[in-house]
This record gives sequence, structure tokens and C-alpha cells, in this order.
Amino acid sequence: MILTNVESIPGHTITEHYGLVQGSTIRAKHVGRDLMAGLKNIVGGELKGYTELMMEARQEATNRMIAQAQELGANAIINVRFTTTSVTQGAAEMLAYGTAVLCQ
Amino acid sequence: MQPQPPLEEIPLIFMIIGILFYTAPVWMLLGTWIIGRIAEKKHYTSIREREAAWVHIPALTGRQVPDLPNAYDSQLVVGSVVVSVDHFKRWLSKFRMVFGGEMKSYASVIDRGRREAILRMKEACPDADMFLNCRLETSTISNGKGKAVGCAEVIAYGTAVRLRQAAE
Repeated sequence: MILTNVESIPGHTITEHYGLVQGSTIRAKHVGRDLMAGLKNIVGGELKGYTELMMEARQEATNRMIAQAQELGANAIINVRFTTTSVTQGAAEMLAYGTAVLCQ
Repeated sequence: MQPQPPLEEIPLIFMIIGILFYTAPVWMLLGTWIIGRIAEKKHYTSIREREAAWVHIPALTGRQVPDLPNAYDSQLVVGSVVVSVDHFKRWLSKFRMVFGGEMKSYASVIDRGRREAILRMKEACPDADMFLNCRLETSTISNGKGKAVGCAEVIAYGTAVRLRQAAE
């Protein structure tokens, strides 16, 4: 599965479009991570635990999008976009969407 | 009013502990100011070094794909970082809220986050020849009201393209 966020796939030609595919996940942080982040928040800087959490969530959303594209018989997704929404305090929704295509 | 015991009668150690206890917020501010400054300087040094190392690989923001007949591989790359502001800067911002104006102390934190995210995006695909359609996005995870940790996420993503070398 090839993913790009431009309208074509450099090095390949697109032969068929299958339409929009998307994947999303809502993640809440757990107490242990929150505690460490709270301590780190005093001195500022990067909160590694949260960075990991967001990367995991994004991976999960991407995987769901890929699964949807595979069901359609696509082998690539173009124009991928990521968006994040904070649903409630401490939980974030991660959405990935793009256009499933067949490329050669 | 009760007569106060003379200072000599209070053991020195209790006096020190007492003073430290009542001036704890001041120490906290001083401590986080110093630690925050050192951490920021270190981070900026590391960012500058890495940016210099990666500067030869362009990260383009255009939507159009340049004509690349010798491209053979492309993939999506993502870099992200969650940043938070230290205790001292948060305290400082309360004054800024009163007088208004640019919040430089917050700007530097977000700036660090952005540059770090771009660098992580580039580091996710070290053998790429260029990055197309790079996008930067910032989202607030929590605003830090009450007990919650206030932090923001910066994400950079783009398409890494590998080119066939002319010699091959």
C-alpha cells in the first residue's frame, strides 16, 4: 500500500479511482502517563508519553483507512490528510482520510 | 499580642526549613525558569545542528508535483511532537494577559515544536530526495484548566520521494 499526500504518486500512474476512504480513532490518555506528563509539565518541553500516544493513535487511524482501501481493491491512497480534534479534556480523535486508487 | 520568642531560641534548621517552606513558590519559579532556559537552549542547539544536516533535502509546500520522470518511489511520512510550557512561562503569561502584546515565551515553545516536527518528518525517511506537499498542523490536546496538563501537538507530514540517480 502506497500512501501519498499529493494528487498523484510520483513514479507510478493512477489507473482507477475508488473514492474516499477514512479511518479514525479516539484515544484517552491513562493515569500513569498523565502523572509523568504532569511532572514534566512543570519544567516544560516535550511530553514524550503524549507524543507516543498520538503517534500510536495516528498509526491506528491510518491502519483502519488502509483496511478500508484494501476492501475496495485499491493498492494506493493519495491526498491523505490528518486532522485531530480534542473531543473532551484528555481525549483526542485522530482522523485520516484520502482517496483510494489503483496504480501501476 | 503574645511576646515573640527571640530569634536565637529557634533552632537554625527549623528557621531554614520554615523560610524554604514559605518561599517555595518563589523557588519553584526560579527553578523552572533556570531549568526551562537550559532545556530550551539545548533544544535549540540540537535543532540548529540537525537543520543544518538536513538542509540539502528540500521540503516543499506546493500542491503541484514537479515533473519528476526519474522518481521511482514515494511514501507518506509523519513527524509529531507534543510540547508544553514550563511553570515560569505560564506564570509570566498572566501578566501578559493583563497588558496584551506578543507572547514571546509561548511563541518560542511552539516554534521549537514545529521545527522539531519537521525534522522528525525528515528523519522518518532519511534516504528521500525531496518532500512534497508538506503540511503543518497544530492542535490543542488540553487547555490546562484545572488539574489538566496544558499541551499542544504539532504534526508535520508530507510525501517523501526517492529519485533514481542519473548515473544508474
